[in-house]
Amino acid sequence: MRSSATSYPEGSAAFPHRGLVGIAGLAPHEIMFLLDEAEQWVDLNRHAQKHRDLLSGLTIINAFFENSTRTLLSFEIAGKRLGADVVNMHAATSSVKKGETLLDTAATLNAMHADAIVIRHASSGAVQLIGDKVDCPVLNAGDGQHEHPTQALLDALTIRHAKRAFNGLRVVICGDILHSRVARSNILSLSSLGADIRVCAPPALMPVGIEAMNVAPFHNFDAAIAGADVVMMLRLQNERMQGDFIPSPREYRHLYGLTLDRLSLASPDALVMHPGPMNRGIEIDSNVADMVERSLITLQVEMGVAIRMACLDVLTRRARGVEGWA
Amino acid sequence: MSKTAPLTITGGKLLRPDGTLEAGTLRCADGRIVALGADVTPQDGDTVHDAGGLIVAPGLVDLGAYAVDKPAFHFGGITRAALMPDQTPPLDVPSRVRYVALSGKPDFWVHPLAAATRGLEGSALAELGLMRDAGARGIATGRRWIADSGTMLRVMQYAAMLDLVVFVHAQDSNLMGSAVATAGEMATRLGLPAAPAEAEALAISRDLLLAEMTGARLHLRKVTTARGLDLVRAAKDKGIKVTAGVSPAYFMLSDLALAEYRSFMHLSPPLRSEADRKAVIAAIADGTIDAIASGHDPRGSEDKRLPFADSAPGMAGAETLLPLTMNLVRDEVITLGRAFELLAGNPARVLGVEAGRLEPGAEADIAIIDRDRPWIVDSDQMAASAGNTPFDKQPVQGRVAALFKGGARVGQKKTATT
Repeated sequence: MRSSATSYPEGSAAFPHRGLVGIAGLAPHEIMFLLDEAEQWVDLNRHAQKHRDLLSGLTIINAFFENSTRTLLSFEIAGKRLGADVVNMHAATSSVKKGETLLDTAATLNAMHADAIVIRHASSGAVQLIGDKVDCPVLNAGDGQHEHPTQALLDALTIRHAKRAFNGLRVVICGDILHSRVARSNILSLSSLGADIRVCAPPALMPVGIEAMNVAPFHNFDAAIAGADVVMMLRLQNERMQGDFIPSPREYRHLYGLTLDRLSLASPDALVMHPGPMNRGIEIDSNVADMVERSLITLQVEMGVAIRMACLDVLTRRARGVEGWA
Repeated sequence: MSKTAPLTITGGKLLRPDGTLEAGTLRCADGRIVALGADVTPQDGDTVHDAGGLIVAPGLVDLGAYAVDKPAFHFGGITRAALMPDQTPPLDVPSRVRYVALSGKPDFWVHPLAAATRGLEGSALAELGLMRDAGARGIATGRRWIADSGTMLRVMQYAAMLDLVVFVHAQDSNLMGSAVATAGEMATRLGLPAAPAEAEALAISRDLLLAEMTGARLHLRKVTTARGLDLVRAAKDKGIKVTAGVSPAYFMLSDLALAEYRSFMHLSPPLRSEADRKAVIAAIADGTIDAIASGHDPRGSEDKRLPFADSAPGMAGAETLLPLTMNLVRDEVITLGRAFELLAGNPARVLGVEAGRLEPGAEADIAIIDRDRPWIVDSDQMAASAGNTPFDKQPVQGRVAALFKGGARVGQKKTATT
């Protein structure tokens, strides 16, 4: 396990929260604690035998009210590697489509005695709403345009694995900041860990008042990327490409695409990240995404499983009666 | 209508039209105020009500509610309300207007606002003349703004000809889109769909121009931004026939209240910045704002127990209208007399009804008010048909002790804790 400069209290005091709704409200040492906890799972996941029955007998429900492939798969694998009974509920095939309210669905899940519920929902604040109504911990797997905390944690773990200290790290986040929960969670976590953050987007995709979140806003990507240590690209949703927010994908690439030329403006060993799935040739060129020595994109996916294992472990410790946590 | 005995209210402090309080007696007969003053005495056969030293004030006239929710209105001292056309089905034909106009009688009067366009769709004109003659006291665009300027011009032309005031929800609908918050730091942190506050001023500018062109009377239901208020101020100076309203949420709360995603804070227009909140208070003080209304819109859990952006906007405001306005009196923003101009006198004038002031000849809609009585707003214990108040668990001061409509005592549901 990597050593950390941050120390944290013993037992449950290290992470006293009932669930993980967002990065907002987490102290820096609590973020570091989750990163440190994830390291053992990074190691385990690299072995042929990737199973440890910590959560045996526990039921985890992945309640996804919004489509997802990667995040759902990542949470499912994380739960299964820890020996939990993992059940996936897809909104598309559930009674949500039949008009059941979100809170009725929450009550139903609660009555099934889940030990943790992982929730993705298209509305900001929906996870907190459910979390207030159920007895078990909830994990936010993305709520609207609000937060996606496990993505921010896995991104932080990825950066740490690339042997970068957070303090003074120059990070540029580029893309649809307005609609991005990934951006919000990363801004909160990386700024709390001491990074120096720039956000870059066309004005139409830049939220008003973003500078209050301790970031420097840019509209010119060439200026924003200058000297960056980490370049974090965001996915541009297809439905926003046809004239509503940007004139066209090709113009977007022209102004905001991460090309080799642009990357050369960053620091010489700058690292490239993307939460996926990528629009190759739009926000990121293939020859950048596939640079073995610079692109962390597959490492992010790997860290995702480890982070989610750590979160599931930590958040169920109280229910499992782990010493110091019960 | 059954004949009620004349009513004499003794032992109260009468709120005179000039805003002064005068110890005296008020006598009503045949549903109207016949005399008031220090020298008035009850006559044989009168029903006598002892006001016990409390304020005798006009019943409140609520300028734009969404539901005929009598228990809530009576609790709040409201004897009349202009009803928004956003009903199911909408008030866009004379028969519904006529029905609604009678729906509260005898102890509550509803003044229907006719839908400006059929189905409130914002395109085809509704039968405004027929609805006026069926009892409509004004025209309203409903919860939405009419984006088509050509349609709005014609609405205003008819309104001017028919001498009907036009109630407008002044928020540029294209700029609002699906926004549920005002663009700014809070909306950004919370990831809520947001629109710039200027959506209001943009809509107000157009509608003021149309009012000037047509000579129609314009009532802006909720003016909630500094820029919007500046436009109203300038328009009044210029002599344009415009009045402006607001509801207490906009001088009590700002978008900081959205922090917990509580859907009871989901209002339309959305809560504004602190600077705009202060601008609303200043505009109430300087007379730019003419009316404070409840915007009463009771919403059950099926509309409110949802994620913020999925929930319906609106608040149950009838019960808290008076005490929250009394905050402004206690804070010396306005006098007591001005408070009742905002709550009763001006609204009655906008609707063209003979109420809202205590003077001989006016209809005997009277509220006996204990201005300092403390109570706690409790969402679970409201008289309203739903408890969607942003002021849940807040201590307030000011309660109606007794209410009379047309000189007859009306029942009040006694629920809230003192």
